[in-house]
Amino acid sequence: MSWVSKTLSSTLGQKLLMALTGLFLILFLVVHLAGNLQLLIPDGGEAFNKYAATMAGNPFIKVVSIGNFAFILLHVVYAILLSRHNKKSRPVQYAKVKGSTNSTWSSRNMGILGTILLIFILVHLRGFYYEVKFGTLPTAVYDGVEFKDVFAIVSASYSNIIYVAFYVLSMGFLAFHLSHGFASAFQTLGLNHVKYSPLIRKVGLIFSILIPALFALIPLVMFFQN
Amino acid sequence: MILDSKIPEGPLAEKWTNHKFNVKLVNPANKRKYDVIVVGTGLAGASAAASLAELGYNVKAFCFQDSPRRAHSIAAQGGINAAKNYQNDGDSVYRLFYDTIKGGDYRAREGNVYRLAQVSVNIIDQCVAQGVPFAREYGGLLANRSFGGAQVSRTFYAKGQTGQQLLLGAYSALSRQVANGKVKLYPRTEMMDVVTVDGKARGIVTRNLVTGAIESHSAHAVLLCTGGYGNVFFLSTNAMGSNVTAAWRAHKKGAYFANPSFTQIHPTCIPVSGDHQSKLTLMSESLRNDGRVWVPATKEISEKLRKGQIKVNDIKEEDRDYFLERKYPSFGNLVPRDVASRNAKYVCDEGRGVNETGEAVFLDFRDAIKRDGEDTIKAKYGNLFDMYQQITGDNPYQVPMMIYPAVHYTMGGLWVDYNLMTTIPGLYALGEANFSDHGANRLGASALMQGLADGYFVIPYTIGDYLAQNSNERISPDHPEFKKAEVEVSERIEKLLSIKGEKTVDFFHKKLGKIMWDYCGMARSEEGLTKAKAMIKELKKEFWSNVNVLGGNEELNQSLEKANRVADFLELGELMVDDALSRNESCGGHFREEYQTPEGEALRDDENFAFVSAWKFLGEGQEEELNKEPLEFENVKLTQRSYK
Amino acid sequence: MNLTLKVWRQKNTADQGGFKEYKISGISEDMSFLEMLDVLNEDLSTKGEDPVHFDHDCREGICGMCSLYIDGKPHGPQQTTTCQLHMRSFSDGDVITIEPWRAKAFPVLKDLVVNRSAFDRIIQAGGYVSVNTGGVPDANEIPIPKSIADLAMDAAQCIGCGACVAACKNASAMLFTSAKISQLALLPQGQVERKIRAEKMVAQMDAEGFGACTNTGACEAECPKGISITNIARMNREYFSAVVSSDSV
Repeated sequence: MSWVSKTLSSTLGQKLLMALTGLFLILFLVVHLAGNLQLLIPDGGEAFNKYAATMAGNPFIKVVSIGNFAFILLHVVYAILLSRHNKKSRPVQYAKVKGSTNSTWSSRNMGILGTILLIFILVHLRGFYYEVKFGTLPTAVYDGVEFKDVFAIVSASYSNIIYVAFYVLSMGFLAFHLSHGFASAFQTLGLNHVKYSPLIRKVGLIFSILIPALFALIPLVMFFQN
Repeated sequence: MILDSKIPEGPLAEKWTNHKFNVKLVNPANKRKYDVIVVGTGLAGASAAASLAELGYNVKAFCFQDSPRRAHSIAAQGGINAAKNYQNDGDSVYRLFYDTIKGGDYRAREGNVYRLAQVSVNIIDQCVAQGVPFAREYGGLLANRSFGGAQVSRTFYAKGQTGQQLLLGAYSALSRQVANGKVKLYPRTEMMDVVTVDGKARGIVTRNLVTGAIESHSAHAVLLCTGGYGNVFFLSTNAMGSNVTAAWRAHKKGAYFANPSFTQIHPTCIPVSGDHQSKLTLMSESLRNDGRVWVPATKEISEKLRKGQIKVNDIKEEDRDYFLERKYPSFGNLVPRDVASRNAKYVCDEGRGVNETGEAVFLDFRDAIKRDGEDTIKAKYGNLFDMYQQITGDNPYQVPMMIYPAVHYTMGGLWVDYNLMTTIPGLYALGEANFSDHGANRLGASALMQGLADGYFVIPYTIGDYLAQNSNERISPDHPEFKKAEVEVSERIEKLLSIKGEKTVDFFHKKLGKIMWDYCGMARSEEGLTKAKAMIKELKKEFWSNVNVLGGNEELNQSLEKANRVADFLELGELMVDDALSRNESCGGHFREEYQTPEGEALRDDENFAFVSAWKFLGEGQEEELNKEPLEFENVKLTQRSYK
Repeated sequence: MNLTLKVWRQKNTADQGGFKEYKISGISEDMSFLEMLDVLNEDLSTKGEDPVHFDHDCREGICGMCSLYIDGKPHGPQQTTTCQLHMRSFSDGDVITIEPWRAKAFPVLKDLVVNRSAFDRIIQAGGYVSVNTGGVPDANEIPIPKSIADLAMDAAQCIGCGACVAACKNASAMLFTSAKISQLALLPQGQVERKIRAEKMVAQMDAEGFGACTNTGACEAECPKGISITNIARMNREYFSAVVSSDSV
């Protein structure tokens, strides 16, 4: 085995991949949110549709988006590998466990949270990404130029209360996933320092509440606007 | 037999250097042809096993614990002495030598002790190189403290866990040799017997504590680094598993046992709280630097206190008897361990003891807290106070601590010569298992020093001298002598398992402990000792007819392990009593009530008792034979200790 | 105090094992948890039943031999070793569940006794400074800043009891391994073999079958010596920088 594959198959190497892909996905969330917040601009979707078109036409974004899918896939695959390894490390379970006295619920249930988020992502991709890429979309014309009216299908989806509830709930799970994942990624990378770690933990906490909250705000606002 | 200590000729300071030059060496290419067995993996055992493996010998290391790192050296708190004189306060090799000889009440060999002081400086270098995180000053150099009333600061320490750090250092060196394939490790394996062939130690018989398998291991030399026998008292600061079995079986095979009655009783232990008590916990002696020892002035007040009719903090100043300060105005609470212990016993015997049992005295920090503030006291002793509170449930910042003496260390052990060889050729004893360096009383922070000195810096030289003179031919573990020993071991186990009596092993151990503590503890008398001897004989008889050892041999069987050890303690206890009875003087940890000064201090008899008592086993049921190794003092003048 | 104990009984490694319930009375709150078990064992022995086997030795919280997963927590409800846990932490009538450490790398030998030699092998993989006896420099030759020596000491305090593995939902040994890697990475004496040590010890830790780390922090919270998970972060740093810069391919 070469030193690269040896490293990446060690528990620490696998953890490193989890942390790096996790941090990338955190960055992606910020960019994604910035774009999506344009849905709330009261211009009938013009800004958002223009933004969507820019994104779709930009080759750099295309590369990044492929990378993004790859990282999600890596994050999932390594999560499964590590979980299976961890499960094997304790073949006989305890009869009684008081985990709540020594760790947070989310830190002990990242796998469950991650699985829920994966389901969310699949639904989300089917609903929007697939529709935009391969579906037949209505169009909107701004200043004589024709744009795909992505806003229209978003708006239509968010008029369904079940859909909105699913989104809001999923963002709740995302919050828990991030509340552990954010600081945990830094710890795995070895970035633990008496001066900076408290800051990282604070930023992580704010991030894990703020980002999902803003994401959840979009369907809620659009539902009530409708 | 004339006991030849083999102390080298020449002036004291040159003995060891001369000896190192004069010993025979094993050719580097031949070392791999010799096998050495090391029993025990504490400071002495781990350091010896690692050092010998580094030299090229093939080593087999045995311990009864699940890992070599658990040996009881790990529990030493205070520190390790070394004559580095880093503090520029007048320390020297000679001063450490002198303090050790004097502290031992002139019952140790000059030559051995001087060598110990000499190599003490190398130990610190070695440990630092291994990555032992000793305490340091802000300038980055090593910190020292004064310990146990020493006049110089020569004690190196790592928080209150010096023993742990030194042992983990030796364990890491040992682990390295395991990885190199030079040491084969046998954890959870107990030595059951030494095997001699043609009068020389050639191996051991062991019991695998998990499977019960009885196995033989052959070698060219055997090192016993098996610690002390304080557990003969049942309650002691030793670990639960600490035992005399290895040393005792060697004794029965011909190794003389020296000064068995020299026991150190440590004054600052947490007192017994009830019959359930399984062991005693030591608290660092440093507590006596600030704590004041007292008991109520009268029996009546003590009784009221014990019954809970009054509270300790309500006892008026004039009703408190600070008995150490009263009797020893110049040393006060800092008198040596044996003096502090004995005086605590006296006031409790007078009925003035405290705690529900009446067997405790107060160690009070009230005045120190008033003087220096709680924060200062917390900074100095915080971890000890926490430990005390964890165990007793009392808060020592608010109520005085209670302490009582407990058995802590045994100065006696297998008799060894200057080369650390016992009276069986090829059988060595290192560390607390031997008797060599502490005389009748050990100084604080000297046990760690001796264990590592023996293992790192003495045995690597002296064992070569023996091996070089003996053929490297290996002996098969199927040799009839091994088979014979295996049969004996199995028969003894069978016997223990087949008695199926009514009493548990602990019942006998507790009973033995009580006899030893009452009659062969802090104060001994001819009358008491004579009585004890009869009681032990009786108990031993009852043990072999009424003990109940459950389970079988071919399994993990902790009752059987205990029974094996207690059977040996019963025999050792009797020898300790014999030894105490034969030494008609008081010295160090051995205090005979008949031999004291008018002020109640230990009265040595240098004219008649300046010797090492070395006992020879003559056969089951027979009285042992006393051999004397005279102690010659050419460099120090014998004086009476005084702490008034 | 009267208590009900649910104790894991298992004859040997091959045996399947199961819980057995015992009633025990007359327990004083001054007893340590192990002394309470001594009482149980005296009872059982007198009745001719095999006593409950458990590991213990120093009974002063330093040898690391005692274990026991008590009521869902390693070493019981307090952050200390089982031998230092006292019965005043429990109340009359309590039902206490006692299990052995559970990990693939810690097979049960009997009842509550497990084999922790995996820890020894991790140390053997590189938890040392390769210096032979003798020939070392003077102890004061290399000054070490007090803060660094103190940090190294904090890491070195590990007693190797395995509570970290027992507490971790993944049965990971990262806290144990990182404590030794940290101690020697901090000290100047450990620099020479710094890279190879991190690589080898981590490889051995994996080979023993311990789980990975999810950074839950349970190990730190349960460690009787309060070893910090900053050591795990340091180990990660040491390992990653070692694998990218060492000579071993």
